[in-house]
Amino acid sequence: MIRTIFTVFSKEVLDNFRDRRTLASALLMGPLFGPLLFAFVINLSIERSLSDVEKTLELPVLGVEYAPTLIDYLKSRNLKIIAAPEDREAAVASVKSGLHDVVIIIPRGYGEQMANGIPAKVELVSDRANTAADRDARRVRNVLYAYNQELAAIRLSARGVSPLVLRPLNIDDIDVSTASGRSGILLGMMSYFFIFAMLMGGMYLAIDTTAGERERGSLEPLLALPVTRDRLILGKIIATCLFMALSLMLSLISFFFALKFMPLQELGMTPNFGPRVVVAAFFLLAPFILLGASVMTLVASFTKSYKEAQTWLSVVLLAPTLPILIVSLLTLRPRLEFMFVPSLSQHLLLIDMVKNEPVNVLHVVISVTSTLLLGGLLTWLCARLYRREGLLG
Amino acid sequence: MIRVDGLHKSFGSVRAVRGISFEAPDGRVTGLLGPNGAGKSTTLRILYTVMKPDAGSASIDGHDVVKSSLDARRCTGTLPHGAGLYPHLTARENIAYFASLCGIERSNIEERVENIVDLLEIKDFADRRTKGFSQGQRTKVALARALVHDPQNVILDEPSNGLDVMATRSLRELILKLKDAGRCVLFSSHVMQEVAALCDDIVIIADGRVAIDDTAEGIREQTGCDDLEDAFVAAIHRVSPE
Repeated sequence: MIRTIFTVFSKEVLDNFRDRRTLASALLMGPLFGPLLFAFVINLSIERSLSDVEKTLELPVLGVEYAPTLIDYLKSRNLKIIAAPEDREAAVASVKSGLHDVVIIIPRGYGEQMANGIPAKVELVSDRANTAADRDARRVRNVLYAYNQELAAIRLSARGVSPLVLRPLNIDDIDVSTASGRSGILLGMMSYFFIFAMLMGGMYLAIDTTAGERERGSLEPLLALPVTRDRLILGKIIATCLFMALSLMLSLISFFFALKFMPLQELGMTPNFGPRVVVAAFFLLAPFILLGASVMTLVASFTKSYKEAQTWLSVVLLAPTLPILIVSLLTLRPRLEFMFVPSLSQHLLLIDMVKNEPVNVLHVVISVTSTLLLGGLLTWLCARLYRREGLLG
Repeated sequence: MIRVDGLHKSFGSVRAVRGISFEAPDGRVTGLLGPNGAGKSTTLRILYTVMKPDAGSASIDGHDVVKSSLDARRCTGTLPHGAGLYPHLTARENIAYFASLCGIERSNIEERVENIVDLLEIKDFADRRTKGFSQGQRTKVALARALVHDPQNVILDEPSNGLDVMATRSLRELILKLKDAGRCVLFSSHVMQEVAALCDDIVIIADGRVAIDDTAEGIREQTGCDDLEDAFVAAIHRVSPE
């Protein structure tokens, strides 16, 4: 019994390792695609959030000569004053056309109004419908508000009134998220990458077990051998599991290294993804391997050809995202009953680990056993279906 | 020895096999002859146990193909129609894989494979991966694979399909070798000449039924036709007159 299963297993492994192209897609696509996409998204968001504070913003100002103090203040806030269009109409037109994101117009009467203590008019031209431009406009607006506050405080002090009069409320915004916690939100998507890589790793073999063998014409000779079909399919599913495990391992390792090169600290995130977590994540996700292998084999066994199987299996690739997506959209906290849902339970537990939060042992036990049980059940179903005549196509 | 008794098999409303009986004794070559769609492949598929009959029974060396299918398969070598190989394995590895699945002792596998490679004269390409093999080379390897566990009974479904003259010739020689070794050889074909040249017994099948079961000589006598092809046509018309 064991020997037959091992014979099938080792043949499938050898066969798969020799097929360079499918091997590359199985073992490289998943592990590389995930971290690369992830690095791309993270870098993009870091660049966007950093640009607000660090980058010098070029600001066209019309009427620089009327407000030298204001101009000095703007310069001190990392704004570079550049030449503006010659008059008000031209300035408005330049923002409308998108030439400038924001323009400040200081009218001629500014100095006089300021000296007389009446609100001095300053115009800020921006296009609020243009979200990208609005970010810069908001920055300039905030600088103007700050200047406004500062002047008001100075004027009140000059009249012997405490500037605190202007602050009846003292709003203190307390953020309880830890640096690791914040990373959980972004890193939440990585659990799906692992499941994706896992499934990709075994997809070819899962198809080959039925549709592939049939299309090649090797299924009938195989079934005509003095071997029970249970052993054949077990050997094949175990080989599928091996490649899924390899793919999972590779993607965990590639994530481990990829995270080192991502400037996550700048986003205020310190993901807990050291070697220990990598190993723990492997064992946490491993029960999903059997389930994935049997689902893919099961789906492929109903298809008529290799092509058709690939089409259907790409749907299977997306299926594990559904529970993750629903829970993320509804922002639900981990609950006991979620641990019975494969892919979701792994996702929630992995997030807890990455967030460096205590992991509920009972949750882990339920996740592991329920996923394994379901995988075992589906494997049994695969074996049952492997016995039917319709398998020959 | 293969015994078939009143087999029936339908696929939906199509009655592919309706009451086929015959015997294929040891030391003789039995040909299953019939037009396309006559039920030859279905009959053979029931014999090599990938399908179950709706009614009737069949046995190989006394092992019922339904009740003790594992034993029946153990004493049978099978070449299904259009048998395919594993393209990333060499011819030798393809054969060794089947040898191992047949339960041959690990220490004996190499020797067995060597013997069968010699017997089928495939040494020249035995260590090449089978991807890109010609139809003739592929059939030979598939045959070697089927014969590696030294089965008493050999079932071949349209083995000469797509083979050129030389390959057909060596296939014929092999079948005769098996016969001389006392094996029971059952093969199907839709080519009259091939069957006439090789077979001791001919079972002509049409419309899922046995039209005639006799030696070549007997068939000529029964139908009153000197030419075997005419005899074939005459026999088929007996079961399906239109």
